[in-house]
Amino acid sequence: MFEVRHIDKTYSPGTVQETCLFRDFSLAIEPHSFVAVVGSNGSGKTSLLNILCGSIDVDQGTILMNGEDITRMKDYKRYRKIGRVYQNPALGTCPTMTILENLSMADNKGKRFNLTGGVNKKRIEAYKEMLLPLGLGLEDKLSVPVGMLSGGQRQTLALLMATMTPLDFLILDEHTAALDPKTAELVMALTDRIVREKQLTTLMVTHNLRHAVEYGDRVLMMHQGNIVLDKGGEEKKNLKVEDLLGLFNTISIECGN
Amino acid sequence: MLLSILEQGLIYGILALGLLITYRILDFPDLTVDSSFPLGAAVSAVLTVRGMAPVWTLFFAVLAGCLAGLITGLIHVKCHVRDLLSGIITMTGLYSINLNIAGKANVPLFGGDTLFKNPFTRAFPAFLAPYATLLIILVITLIAKLLLDWFLSTKAGFLLRAAGDNPSVVTTLAQDQGRVKILGLMIANALVALSGAVMCQQQRYFDISMGTGAMVIGLASVIIGTNIFRSLRFMRSTTMALIGSVLYKASVAIALQLGLDASFMKLITAVLFLIILVISQFRPKKVRLHV
Ligand SMILES: Nc1ncnc2c1ncn2[C@@H]1O[C@H](COP(=O)(O)OP(=O)(O)O)[C@@H](O)[C@H]1O
Ligand SMILES: [Mg+2]
Repeated sequence: MFEVRHIDKTYSPGTVQETCLFRDFSLAIEPHSFVAVVGSNGSGKTSLLNILCGSIDVDQGTILMNGEDITRMKDYKRYRKIGRVYQNPALGTCPTMTILENLSMADNKGKRFNLTGGVNKKRIEAYKEMLLPLGLGLEDKLSVPVGMLSGGQRQTLALLMATMTPLDFLILDEHTAALDPKTAELVMALTDRIVREKQLTTLMVTHNLRHAVEYGDRVLMMHQGNIVLDKGGEEKKNLKVEDLLGLFNTISIECGN
Repeated sequence: MLLSILEQGLIYGILALGLLITYRILDFPDLTVDSSFPLGAAVSAVLTVRGMAPVWTLFFAVLAGCLAGLITGLIHVKCHVRDLLSGIITMTGLYSINLNIAGKANVPLFGGDTLFKNPFTRAFPAFLAPYATLLIILVITLIAKLLLDWFLSTKAGFLLRAAGDNPSVVTTLAQDQGRVKILGLMIANALVALSGAVMCQQQRYFDISMGTGAMVIGLASVIIGTNIFRSLRFMRSTTMALIGSVLYKASVAIALQLGLDASFMKLITAVLFLIILVISQFRPKKVRLHV
């Protein structure tokens, strides 16, 4: 369960750029649900994820993780239970380190980063088995620096790294947006498989309305810091891409763009 | 002259190892260096004069360097001061500390035993005696290099590399990137202080201004080494930094040999650094990452 209650957030308060984004905003995400979030640019999707992960602070309100108040908890401590993949494939991996080194680090999340060897040779076979079914040829490139991989390869690796160890939550911010259509489908299918297998509570921001309808158990649409559509359960089952697109266009026209 | 280039090059090589951590790995322009270098020298000189065995003074120099790095790290991480400024603050403050540790701006080590002139080195066979200094420096430098190589291959070392490569990965691994940065600065300045201590033992004096330009020298060495051997994937960057440092010392020696007066030393240092920057087209990581 991930929850925000009555949060307020204003960017750059007291300056000319002051923007009030959230006012008395609340949202509860049920355990093991896959929530897809859509909405126009600047509607506050990334800000919401940043608030949940502790990348930015709120002015008012509380944030709850599994019932515990984490409003004042540092970001890195929250990530003990959260995996996150960003839109930019470069953000999820270390470019000068090899695939093996990146995977080894991710594999050690939740344990101590002490003075024992950084790579556990016994795990190499397991990594290869994990990479083989992806069909990207990564299993033969374990000693290649990640910076030399394509965006799709890096994002796939970032997704694997984010979900290697036991987790409760997965936060995805347009994680397929920077990829070509074919790779985007591949990464999306892999995401779905991992989420179902590990029963992760997932919050996925996407601009792909079809992905939102196809993979989400619940679909939210945000606009100017508000939730303007929230369909779960039976309602979600009847939700069509066209419905979403219709509402999307209506809102956009109201705003004059 | 070759001997002196190798000696000085390897001593500054330890400094280059420190800068390898801050500049190459952490991407942190750390100016603490200019005073953690004389800090190590001051500690080593004073303790030697007071009668401590020169080898042991190196440990205290390392410890002092750790503290200097810790202070810069805390200023940057806890007080949210920009990286460059944090280093400048520590550098400025340390000047007075160094002066007070040493008691005066100059501490000569003439007369007594040093790291390179003691009962142990006097027992060297005659044919080795001229190389005694170089051998001792080589051993110390290699120990520093191998320890650093080992550290960078551990889990903690991986985290340090990740912190420079992509700090957001460290955070999502549920680790405090601030702590990792502080640790990196401590190790880096420990190496720098060790370099200063060995330098002071070799030159047989401490001088308050001996750190001026240390950062530039170290950075130039790192850039030379990592650029010349860029294509050699199997070569460790620590090896590159050490070779870079010797090459840098050699080019300074050549400049002096060409008839430039020694009073132009710092000017030579600066101009050489500029030439190296231009040739290598070195750009700090920060610029490259965010394009
Ligand atoms: N760091 C920031 N400083 C000031 N304003 C910001 C900042 N981040 C986001 N905003 C503003 O908040 C609004 C929501 O942004 P964001 O959460 O990134 O939206 P989305 O991800 O839905 O496109 C935008 O109007 C944006 O300009
Ligand atoms: Mg966004």
